[in-house]
Amino acid sequence: MKSKAIIHLLVFHLILVVIWEIITRTGWVSPVLLPSPIDVAIYLFDSITSGEMLKAAWVTLKRLLFGYVIGIAVGLPLGLLCARLKCVQNTLGVLALGLQTLPSVCWVPLAILWFGQSEAALLFVVVMGTTWSILIAADNGVKNIPPLYLRAAYTMGSKNTHTWIYVIMPAAFPAIVSGMKQGWAFAWRSLMAAEIYVTIMSGFGLGQLLHYGRELQAMDQVLGVMAIVIAIGLLADMLLFSPAEKLLRSRWGLDKS
Amino acid sequence: MIPESEITTHAAKLQIRNVSKRFHSSNGITHALDNVSLDIREGEFVCLVGASGCGKSTLLNHIAGLEIPDEGSLQLDGVPFSGPDRTRMMLFQEHALFPWLNVIGNVLFALKLKPNLNDKERKEVARYYLHLVGLQDFANSNIHELSGGMRQRVALARALAPNPRILLMDEPFAALDTMTREQLYGDLQRIWQQRKITIVFVTHNLREAACLGDRIVLFRPRPGRIFREYPVNLPRPRDLNDPQIATVSGQITQDLKTIGKDSA
Ligand SMILES: Nc1ncnc2c1ncn2[C@@H]1O[C@H](COP(=O)(O)OP(=O)(O)OP(=O)(O)O)[C@@H](O)[C@H]1O
Ligand SMILES: [Mg+2]
Repeated sequence: MKSKAIIHLLVFHLILVVIWEIITRTGWVSPVLLPSPIDVAIYLFDSITSGEMLKAAWVTLKRLLFGYVIGIAVGLPLGLLCARLKCVQNTLGVLALGLQTLPSVCWVPLAILWFGQSEAALLFVVVMGTTWSILIAADNGVKNIPPLYLRAAYTMGSKNTHTWIYVIMPAAFPAIVSGMKQGWAFAWRSLMAAEIYVTIMSGFGLGQLLHYGRELQAMDQVLGVMAIVIAIGLLADMLLFSPAEKLLRSRWGLDKS
Repeated sequence: MIPESEITTHAAKLQIRNVSKRFHSSNGITHALDNVSLDIREGEFVCLVGASGCGKSTLLNHIAGLEIPDEGSLQLDGVPFSGPDRTRMMLFQEHALFPWLNVIGNVLFALKLKPNLNDKERKEVARYYLHLVGLQDFANSNIHELSGGMRQRVALARALAPNPRILLMDEPFAALDTMTREQLYGDLQRIWQQRKITIVFVTHNLREAACLGDRIVLFRPRPGRIFREYPVNLPRPRDLNDPQIATVSGQITQDLKTIGKDSA
């Protein structure tokens, strides 16, 4: 980002915070409904220094990563299989298309019934939120490879496994990256929803922290947790997906994202 | 050192015997090739011309092994073949370079599938061919950073690198501007004379055909058949603007018009 863009960004957000502070300071909105940014900052400072926030964030991140990795490990190979085999396409492919449209919070009641108030229930919801979109992205990515690439590869002596590893996978890479990004977003959303609904003993995550903030009418806590959730989302984008997208832009010359 | 066997080749003789190919599609059966026979000498430069849809690309795909004929056979030096092989390389109308590899990575793609070379030799061979097409300074460029003409040159280097005995070219320069194209005619004739490789070249441009070919084969459509052949006995290197070339292409234009009237 250019320094001018950074200045614009900072000024914009500073203005928003100042307006927010003015609204609460002048008493237009009661602090019970909307705490001032300073209160939120104080809460964040306290909860971070006491370790409460970091512990909750760590619990949530562990669940997220675990579910996400399982989602990829299941969705990616199934997606490739879908693209390859007509019979898988006509069965699993269609099912995936349907399940992908289902917001994964809808799984929560069943998850609780099947797994109780447990880590497994949360994991199940995250996996359901991730797998299908990655499966579909991988399937589409492979199907949309220009046939010309394959023909060129065949004439150069590539076949079977070699074609898969050195032609089909890299050719589908842009689509797979965007599928993984979408899968990450779905996993993140479904986990937050699940944590708010499922209170469990084995660990206290960000969603649960937010839930208790609401129970206690502590809106500074709710807003503080929201800020942390946003920060984790942005950080993941920067660490996980920006490098891949940068590679795509410089090598492929794509200007996506 | 580059192994000598990687940069010299024995041009191959190609025999196409009674090849027929039908395609079944939504609007019925297309007779893309009907009993086509053609003999191509080793080291010959043959141009295929004809109206759109008369089966030129289909024939090229058969030679490349990307299509299997319904009837008839294809032979390389008297040995029948089917399926693709590095002895017959194809240059497509669009460059077909892999965007996930850089320039030298693309040229290395086929070389990496050759078992008798080590990595150092592969790199040297790739550089040799990049030099041949004048792109030695762009080895590490990304494909999207190159101009259309440069991309076709990389594609040419990539097709030459596995040291094929036959080079198939399907309207490779159609998308380029006149200047770049004329430059590439020069390059191609130079490389062909150096290597004495057998070339089958498809084009819509009759002057291009007359400028490049030892022989021009005119096809007629529906069903795809050979209409007539024209030897071109002009000294090389040839210049596109030579009036003798215009004479040859003029004659073929006449015949193309007759075919058009016949089938109308
Ligand atoms: N895979 C295919 N499926 C169905 N029909 C095909 C297929 N490939 C080619 N054809 C048909 O076969 C005929 C010959 O096609 P071909 O591509 O060989 O023509 P061409 O001479 O190369 O034409 P052009 O000069 O336009 O490239 C056309 O009528 C085309 O529609
Ligand atoms: Mg064609």
